[in-house]
Amino acid sequence: MPPVVDTLRLTAEDAIGLVERGEVSPAELHAAYLEAIEARDGELHAYLRTTELGDGAGIPIALKDVISTKGVETTAGSKILSGYVPVYDATVAARCKAAGLNLLGKTNTDEFAMGSSTENSAWGPTRNPWDPSRVPGGSGGGSAAAVSAGLAPWALGSDTGGSIKQPSALCGNVGLRPTYGSVSRYGIVAFASSLDQIGPVAKTVRDVALLYSIIAGRDPHDSTTAALPEPVRVPEGDSLTGVRIGVPVELNEAKGIEAGVKREVQGAIALAEELGAEVGECSLPLSVRYGLACYYLIAPAEASSNLARYDGVRYGPRAEGATYREMVERTRDEGFGDEPKRRIMLGTYALSAGYYDAFYGQAQRVRTLIIREHREALERFDLLVCPTSPTVAFPVGERIDDPLEMYAADLLTIPSCLAGLPGLNIPCGLADGLPVGLQLIGPQFGENTLFRVGHALEQAIGFDTVPERLR
Amino acid sequence: MLISREEALHVARLARLALTDEEIERITGELGAILEAVGVVSELDLADVPPTSHPLDLVNVWDDDEPRSSLSLDEAFANAPERDGGHFRVPPTV
Repeated sequence: MPPVVDTLRLTAEDAIGLVERGEVSPAELHAAYLEAIEARDGELHAYLRTTELGDGAGIPIALKDVISTKGVETTAGSKILSGYVPVYDATVAARCKAAGLNLLGKTNTDEFAMGSSTENSAWGPTRNPWDPSRVPGGSGGGSAAAVSAGLAPWALGSDTGGSIKQPSALCGNVGLRPTYGSVSRYGIVAFASSLDQIGPVAKTVRDVALLYSIIAGRDPHDSTTAALPEPVRVPEGDSLTGVRIGVPVELNEAKGIEAGVKREVQGAIALAEELGAEVGECSLPLSVRYGLACYYLIAPAEASSNLARYDGVRYGPRAEGATYREMVERTRDEGFGDEPKRRIMLGTYALSAGYYDAFYGQAQRVRTLIIREHREALERFDLLVCPTSPTVAFPVGERIDDPLEMYAADLLTIPSCLAGLPGLNIPCGLADGLPVGLQLIGPQFGENTLFRVGHALEQAIGFDTVPERLR
Repeated sequence: MLISREEALHVARLARLALTDEEIERITGELGAILEAVGVVSELDLADVPPTSHPLDLVNVWDDDEPRSSLSLDEAFANAPERDGGHFRVPPTV
């Protein structure tokens, strides 16, 4: 019997249509995805675990393993949470359930979402569906690879400095890092609390907008959330008349941007002009020069504090120790992998007596300047565009031994994250047979603008999100 | 920027990490290189710039003071390595 649906091509919107019209049942759809996972995930390892059909009347969804799911093991890619089974749902998981979505499984992530390649997962790397010898990006490589390989119609990821946008770029799909404060983080395994955001990954901008409308908005359980100033609009039009697009020179000409990436992004910008947008240059000089440094002080500092909770007392495995302190120190040494240890050490150093002002305090001030320069640019333009990643997907193993080289993968995604702004990745072409991502950056709560422009460009570009080798 | 093995050990103690000798050696080198790179922020004179701790302008978020349900004891202890009645049991603290 032929499969009920072609999961490689099926968008979430199409899947919803099939279920609503009664052409496919939620159970058949769930089974079709599990079958696809069975067939293709041995090679890709996008999933850490799959789940049986729930009682939702809708379509399936995959959730990154930093999102607490009641009764389903949640490890954040770390040994220190192995066996941890949440006793409550994260708000985003609960909202998905309330919308009728059925959990399909938990997707792989760099340990505690720390990384740009998903190679830092304690459970082994995820591979890129376009070329399994390459990384899918990270930290949300599992969610991005699952969507691109037809192993989920859509998924949720988390983004601290690029962990939704960059994997979407490298896997050739659409990913939204929402405005800081627009999506609840209740029940999310915390990494850096002034930066972490949850957001959707899907094949189309419309799917992303739809999923965003399900998860966004004020949550009484998370006092850092705000009500959306306007309802989410699922985009329809193809005209960009009246839209002012800013091209930040530094983010488009930074050292390290590959020629093929530059070419495809410039092509997309030219298309935007043809669709009626006014395109002009602007400048974000501090963002490229200081953004990465600012981020790699603030994020590890906050991580060192957030990860202090893993002490072998309340959850997770516990190492033996004659005293409380010995037990805690051994539990943490055995439980954390190299990258969390590196960041805990860096963050603890940056926060320690004698260094606080020079490192953490100074980075917080640089952050203020980065916010200001984005605000000024967004007074002149409705949105800003640049590449999402300086490079296409790089080979597995290429950067894993050089932390600074790995950190540079987030050069172009980090500045707007520091500024708390929404960013949307859409695929805009291929370079050497691998996807190139275009990053659209909007003002706070400017998601509707990003959806409108992203959708119009997506239609004009006509990128095929199915990896060539799987067609 | 170079940090010494003693400094790295001090930071590891602050962070409650019993790193092995091999780990201390490797991380000491890596930290030096990373601090060198991120130290670029110190070249700016920012005395007049206020720090940002949070990018969303929210102040005093209040909720109604209404009782609501919470986890049961059994749920709260469900993932505990060692439970002793209503307590998390740990090795001696001194």
